[in-house]
Amino acid sequence: MSITPDDINHIARLARLKTDDEKSEFYATQLTRIMDLVEQMNQVDTDGIEPMSHPQDAALRLREDVVTRVNQREEYQAIAPDAERGFYLVPKVIE
Amino acid sequence: MQEKTLSEHAKSLRSGEYSSLELTQHYLDRIEAHQSLNAFISVTAENALAQAKRADEALQNNAENLNRLTGIPLAQKDIFCTQGVLTSCGSKMLENFISPYDATIVERLNQSGMVMLGKTNMDEFAMGSSNETSYYGPVRNPWNTETVPGGSSGGSASAVAARLAPVATASDTGGSIRQPAAFCGLTGIKPSYGRVSRYGMIAFASSLDQAGVLSRSIEDGAMVLQAMSGFDDRDSTSLQAQVPDYTSELSQSIKGKTIGLPKEFFGDGVAADTADKIQQAIRQLESMGAKTIEVELPNSALGIPCYYVLAPAEASSNLSRFDGVRFGHRAKEYVDLNDMYEQSRAEGFGDEVQRRIMIGAYVLSSGYYDAYYIKAQRLRRMIAEDFSKAFEKCDLIAGPTTPSTAFVLGENNDDPIAMYLNDIFTNSVNLAGLPGLSVPAGFDQKGLPVGLHLIGKYLDESTILNVAHQYQMETDWHLQIPGGFA
Repeated sequence: MSITPDDINHIARLARLKTDDEKSEFYATQLTRIMDLVEQMNQVDTDGIEPMSHPQDAALRLREDVVTRVNQREEYQAIAPDAERGFYLVPKVIE
Repeated sequence: MQEKTLSEHAKSLRSGEYSSLELTQHYLDRIEAHQSLNAFISVTAENALAQAKRADEALQNNAENLNRLTGIPLAQKDIFCTQGVLTSCGSKMLENFISPYDATIVERLNQSGMVMLGKTNMDEFAMGSSNETSYYGPVRNPWNTETVPGGSSGGSASAVAARLAPVATASDTGGSIRQPAAFCGLTGIKPSYGRVSRYGMIAFASSLDQAGVLSRSIEDGAMVLQAMSGFDDRDSTSLQAQVPDYTSELSQSIKGKTIGLPKEFFGDGVAADTADKIQQAIRQLESMGAKTIEVELPNSALGIPCYYVLAPAEASSNLSRFDGVRFGHRAKEYVDLNDMYEQSRAEGFGDEVQRRIMIGAYVLSSGYYDAYYIKAQRLRRMIAEDFSKAFEKCDLIAGPTTPSTAFVLGENNDDPIAMYLNDIFTNSVNLAGLPGLSVPAGFDQKGLPVGLHLIGKYLDESTILNVAHQYQMETDWHLQIPGGFA
């Protein structure tokens, strides 16, 4: 399994990570090696085995849809990179 | 002072031999004197002294009704949110993150009266096995400061081994409590998945992450684990099961207990001097009345590839929250919203974290999801079922915690795969959600600690704690102190 710098550009875009030529080259080499390790999984036939997403197959617990916490907007926005009048500020997205 | 166990500290604090304030100051002085280990990211001296003062008042007025841990200092791994205190998770991304709330375990340990000395260094977002991926610099192993303390809970391990804190919290996604415990000659306990709340523990891989303790003995560790454990309605995977009284069951005899020895854990991959020490430890347990039996974990070697699909997949999803909008690092320069995300994340995350996010995004991406992610989940079930089958024949499983002892700083830096293989014996335990621990079992030819790994049935921390405690009653490996830190 060979991962190319172009693959890295695509993955980095999906993961919202800025990349450049040097970086894509670096990660392509490393991810190729890691995916070779991952390919070892193919030594085992897993057909018919149910996928396991939780260590004990437990279902997530549900709770009543009631308010259990007080609003802490001020505290949470105090640590934001840029917030004003209750809003988080980001670069303009609509022209 | 720093040689005392937690029970001895509790006694001394009650008899008035010393106050919590004196004890806390003593540890703060030691932290200051041994800064070169780089075990702490933040030292919260002012908070600690205030907490100690409150503990002293409580001990004077009402000692008999207080938790035994009242007034005893501890260090918190920097993965746990602590209100009003920097919670960096070892990352530049959270270099400015003053948590607005406490993790459940922080809240519980505060309620028990423990005094937080500071936040310990760690691999960035708990991704690493050497503490070298930390944005705040590598941590040194007190047994040999040229070697790594292990990771990701390297700061907690180094701090407890150097007696800069009597005990520390830690977390374990694939071995991050047990491997540093082995490397630093400590006791490290990872309970069953769901036993300790994950609320406020910064998420790496949610179906694998579990908090636990790094301590000098099982007895100390069990006391703190007791205070941390139990149901929490703020964690949707928290268990509603009753938590056993861990400390009361430690003193039972281990006669008749059956220890399973997986032949896969005793193969060529283990360094000869490590293997020798583990064999010696097993003979010791046999001489104490335990029976041993060979068991098979045929798919355990595939735990590594399985883990390196599932953990990065979950991480890439969990770490998508770091977008430079609500908290954490935001790049100074960007052209639009997307560029702001991409620049902030590329600047805020280190190499290893970006590598794992990319692996995760890749195995979850269209066209590869079934071949990698679903395949790994199927394999995960086979690995878990191997354990269930083995446990039909035994009460617990034993082996080495790591294939070899602590390695030299920088040795595995350019080779992610060599680094990943450190966790070959530990990460299948996380895949199955089982409790596991590591206890000191001697030293290799270089004089570095070797860890004995015990794995229990799901929810049965008690058996491995009991066996490990009885082992510590008969051996003195856990009492050894690294030179220069007595």
